[in-house]
Amino acid sequence: MFTLPVSKLNDLFAAVASTRKLYLPVDDEASGHAEYKVWHEGVTLSNALNTARSAKDFFFPQTENLVDFKMEGKTIEVIDTRTESEDFVVFGVRACDARSFDILDRVFLAEPVDSYYKNRREHGVIVTLACTRPEETCFCTVFGIDPTNPAGDVSGWIAGENLYLSANTEKGEAFLSSVSKLLAESDDEAVKAQQAEVKEILKKLPLGSLDLTPFKPENLLKLFDSKRWKDLSEACLGCGSCTFVCPTCQCYDIRDFDTGHGIKRYRCWDSCMYSDFTRMAHGNPRLTQVERFRQRFMHKLVYYPSNNEGIYSCVGCGRCLAKCPISMNIAKVIKALGEEA
Amino acid sequence: MDLETLIPKVGVVTDIRIDTPDVKTFRVVGLDGNKLFEHMPGQCAMLSIPGVGEAMFSITSSPTNKEFMEFSIKKCGCLTSWLHMMEPGQQITVRGPYGNAFPVETALKGKDLLFIAGGIGLAPLRSVINYVRDKRDQYGDIQVIYGSRSKADLVDYQEIINEWMADPGVEVNLTIDREEEGWDGHVGFVPNFVKELSPDLNKTVLLCGPPIMIKFTLAGLKELGFTETQVYTTMELRMKCGVGKCGRCNIGDKYVCKDGPVFRFDELDELPNEY
Repeated sequence: MFTLPVSKLNDLFAAVASTRKLYLPVDDEASGHAEYKVWHEGVTLSNALNTARSAKDFFFPQTENLVDFKMEGKTIEVIDTRTESEDFVVFGVRACDARSFDILDRVFLAEPVDSYYKNRREHGVIVTLACTRPEETCFCTVFGIDPTNPAGDVSGWIAGENLYLSANTEKGEAFLSSVSKLLAESDDEAVKAQQAEVKEILKKLPLGSLDLTPFKPENLLKLFDSKRWKDLSEACLGCGSCTFVCPTCQCYDIRDFDTGHGIKRYRCWDSCMYSDFTRMAHGNPRLTQVERFRQRFMHKLVYYPSNNEGIYSCVGCGRCLAKCPISMNIAKVIKALGEEA
Repeated sequence: MDLETLIPKVGVVTDIRIDTPDVKTFRVVGLDGNKLFEHMPGQCAMLSIPGVGEAMFSITSSPTNKEFMEFSIKKCGCLTSWLHMMEPGQQITVRGPYGNAFPVETALKGKDLLFIAGGIGLAPLRSVINYVRDKRDQYGDIQVIYGSRSKADLVDYQEIINEWMADPGVEVNLTIDREEEGWDGHVGFVPNFVKELSPDLNKTVLLCGPPIMIKFTLAGLKELGFTETQVYTTMELRMKCGVGKCGRCNIGDKYVCKDGPVFRFDELDELPNEY
């Protein structure tokens, strides 16, 4: 394990930023939220528990160009616009968001591999930061995530006056050696003490005891046919906020834009909460918000685990709890369906 | 840079056949004049006119056709209306093949086959029918029961008359919904026609058509004594990626684009009724 005084954080950021782009959570005064921003001299790391938007943008951006077309008369030219991504570092990712990358990997890196995602994934180094002040909306522990021991290429802790870093991957080791001049070797006493302290807080979290046992593939039809979907979804506005702030929501749309000089085919985030998500020329299999709402939670809690060795597609980050305009959320769904099961 | 399945190839539409008042069959080859890719019967491809849209269509030609691919497309939405306005020589984009296929090399081998289609539902089955006709000695009896609204709405009518009906190894039973002049064949809906014909119970069934026709035909087959494990169908839901990532064509935990589009009815029974 390596360490650096928190007072020297700026030197660390400057050293990293001298060779590649460095992103980190920064307080945005206008919105009052923390968001990932590019570091430059004068930018300071946010103290917020987490960013309002998840970290999925780094690998799966909200919109991205897929391919260009030039159309002339009856002919079409396909232009591959892909370029090799630049190296970058994301500093300060929390344990929940770090897990979300594993969940997205299982979708985008499964055959046939999504080259756009893979390209960014290969060029990004993830430096996580352990949580010290989990909030009432946090329930990552339900999914087996330890917020005091976050994953990533490098795991980080801020304990007392020091930052502690420990590499988990080859990429992480290369990262630490690139800034080794600033780091000193250290034991993990301070980290262990902090972990023990935070674990006491985790035990008291109100959502920490959510029971996932009914959510298994063999209950698929039973859960799908539950009477509760109707009342749970009754007030849903179909705004899609939950899907956009969600670190694991990966559904996308592909659309074309006529620039006047050609066609840009782009991919953008989409939401299963939207009425046209499944609409076809001849009809729509999910006609009302009940079906759309059900799809989102069945996907996270049953369909995804069924295809991915039981891993749930939720990391308990609590963003959807904070953002839903009608205060409906996955924790309420887990409770309601669990009671019925 | 890695190969990317979302980046399409350019195809040239070399021939357009008017099948019915709202169905055209498009013949497509690559820019070099050769077939764009190989496929198995039942697989699909994403066709697009850039700037208009992209959608999944079943490949109607048989893999045994080594010269070109064909797509029979009904005009029913934005993209299909544009496709119907094309003239020969027009280029489109194509990517694929996607999805599984009818198990022609495994479960269907050596079996007596019964194809039941309604309307444009013949499109995905035509690929299988011509495949098994070209490999005739590897399969048992072949029977095709096909119905449409009217004679003019029978897709591939010329091929059915000139090739399938002329083929001694194939039994073809056609029906149309209502009486019309110049038609001396059977009149009535497909599900009833199937019950009247009462096909042999050892046949393996490949069924495709509008949802309502599939529902009643399956019920009729069960009445006759067929089991769901004998009946295959092919599904269609909205798709964007074609490779199980964009998240919209799922029925329960199965993606129609990659786990389907071909399902056996007992497999569908284990999935939510959301299609």
